[in-house]
Amino acid sequence: MTLAPESGGAARASEFERGVGTSPEKLLVPVLSAFWDEDRSWSLDVYRRHEGYEGLRKALAMTPDDLIAYVKDSGLRGRGGAGFPTGMKWQFIPQGDGKPHYLVVNADESEPGTCKDIPLLFANPHSLIEGIVIACYAIRSSHAFIYLRGEVVPVLRRLHEAVREAYAAGYLGENVLGSGLDLELTVHAGAGAYICGEETALLDSLEGRRGQPRLRPPFPAVAGLYACPTVVNNVESIASVPAILQKGKEWFRSMGTEKSPGFTLYSLSGHVTSPGQYEAPLGITLRQLLDMSGGMRAGHRLKFWTPGGSSTPMFTDEHLDVPLDYEGVGAAGSMLGTKALQCFDETTCVVRAVTRWTEFYAHESCGKCTPCREGTYWLVQLLRDIEAGKGAMSDLDKLNDIADNINGKSFCALGDGAASPIFSSLKYFREEYEDHITGRGCPFDPAKSTAWADRTEVNA
Amino acid sequence: MTTTPEGVSLGMPQLPAPAYPDDVRARLEADAREVVARYPDSRSALLPLLHLVQSEEGHVTRTGMRFCADVLGLTTAEVTAVATFYSMYRRGPSGDYQVGVCTNTLCAVLGGDAIFETLQEHLGVANGGTTEDGKVTLEHIECNAACDFAPVVMVNWEFFDNQTPASAKRLVDDLRAGVQVEPTRGAPLCTFKDTARILAGFPDTRDGAVEASGSSGPASLTGLRLAKGENPARVVHPRGGSAMNAPPQDTAASDPSHPAGPVTEEGE
Repeated sequence: MTLAPESGGAARASEFERGVGTSPEKLLVPVLSAFWDEDRSWSLDVYRRHEGYEGLRKALAMTPDDLIAYVKDSGLRGRGGAGFPTGMKWQFIPQGDGKPHYLVVNADESEPGTCKDIPLLFANPHSLIEGIVIACYAIRSSHAFIYLRGEVVPVLRRLHEAVREAYAAGYLGENVLGSGLDLELTVHAGAGAYICGEETALLDSLEGRRGQPRLRPPFPAVAGLYACPTVVNNVESIASVPAILQKGKEWFRSMGTEKSPGFTLYSLSGHVTSPGQYEAPLGITLRQLLDMSGGMRAGHRLKFWTPGGSSTPMFTDEHLDVPLDYEGVGAAGSMLGTKALQCFDETTCVVRAVTRWTEFYAHESCGKCTPCREGTYWLVQLLRDIEAGKGAMSDLDKLNDIADNINGKSFCALGDGAASPIFSSLKYFREEYEDHITGRGCPFDPAKSTAWADRTEVNA
Repeated sequence: MTTTPEGVSLGMPQLPAPAYPDDVRARLEADAREVVARYPDSRSALLPLLHLVQSEEGHVTRTGMRFCADVLGLTTAEVTAVATFYSMYRRGPSGDYQVGVCTNTLCAVLGGDAIFETLQEHLGVANGGTTEDGKVTLEHIECNAACDFAPVVMVNWEFFDNQTPASAKRLVDDLRAGVQVEPTRGAPLCTFKDTARILAGFPDTRDGAVEASGSSGPASLTGLRLAKGENPARVVHPRGGSAMNAPPQDTAASDPSHPAGPVTEEGE
């Protein structure tokens, strides 16, 4: 197997050379997920037993500026997709400007394939709340919001309870732990709109409007919520901060790579033997994750996969050894995104998969920008025809052309996301599109792709 | 023709929506004050208030939108613009239980399409339709952040993981028969109206609702169990549910040409 040279320290490299490099005990590092298997893992008591709110005490002992510098030095990068350095985002908040500052946590996890923040908040909501208190102390904010997508009521329940517990214990409210910090935390449930995961659309939505992206600049750090300086961070980014404070930035930097340090949640899904959450240092490969977890489902092989949700260009089995960090995935022509590793085997029709994703983008386009609103509509028309065997060869170039006219030509990244599966699937699977056209229909049997296709006790 | 205002088609705008009865309005106004107090700017309360009026009538009515407008000092046009943007606000009467089948790519491929077709046939309703008994509204939904539990069905936004056409049929039959149904992740089901009240920001006060269904679903623990040294074959298999006692899973190593298989490339 190949491994990026920077994928671990010297000790780890020598383990790989000895051939024990695929042992999950060595490759995985449960931090946020370390006690998800304990009874009442979501409660304050259990969180405290696992050093909960100890990172906060260390943070409050620093000055806010030192704290921002510390998080910056740790190298933590945004876990919501773009990978922007978290500490730098905090530093951009102007200080002494006399305006209120806000922290808004983006918990609108809706990118197809992405399923990390929801299990994290369900099992360990206090890691987010502790991170919020730390972040608000750093950026001098006295009001934070968790914008949670509405369609996950079980998570909303636990957030309500965790926030109640945190207020009662003095981690929220007036004069947090005697530090002088006053902090209100509001849990806000969305109402069903993928676009609200885009940070400026999220802010409009939180202001009680239709969730439509804003033109930037000004960036939220200058004019965000109520036109005040605002930090918008992903759940996992903020939830990672307490462990960095508690265990130290050197500890954090000892994992992952130089430019992508630390641990993160990888979400394995699709035609794999063991779908689920895998917390590992950045830079692990899909091959390593599959090797330790039983691989693809028995008797099948990997055909295509996404490194970070449907908006990240798809990969094939050629990319099994790409280090899953920001640079590695970027160099291979995609994006790390949300680390949503959706794996599809050879029974899956790529045209069907891309058509469905495109229908999603068309449905979720907010309608503000013409290229995205009209382009996604026409992509769906063409793809449905092709999938049904009614397409023409010229449609393939037309698909590429329309995607090109969406990509980079809208206010937000939803348009770029819609173009990604089109470009990448045409790059790797153009023949399969052609087969649909020349063969006048789809050559795949969807029944073979189902989770129960290979079960003997068919209960379908 | 008819002389009622509703029947006249003169291109006239609709009359203003009737207000809530006084007792209902007084009760909702008290709730609304609590919601508005959470925000520095009252307009931020609009989404929760729309959830609140939905919890009153089961969908967002013109009366409900007028109430939101009155409370927040907005026009009904401003409120309508927001209410029609978000997919969780219903525009018309629907069932006590909203059954949403994920048909985004991953769930669809793993069986969501088959489940959705089966349920349409079984219930005799199309997408968005409600059964005659008013119990179940069926719709297909987008990715709900549970791909490691695919295929997923949501009922009133509680998780029913790893579904099959057969299990989904049993689920809707139980809902229609009034059997208490428990999600794989979430609390024992309440009605759609009760759910909407939680979404408005009023915590679920039922005993045991927060702890129901345990700390995590099995798939969420896959990596953690491996990291603790459990052999993947002994890991409780999230798909089947009965794999605890099943023989070890075949792995992709059984397919020599399989590029993703364990150890095949290791010796190279």
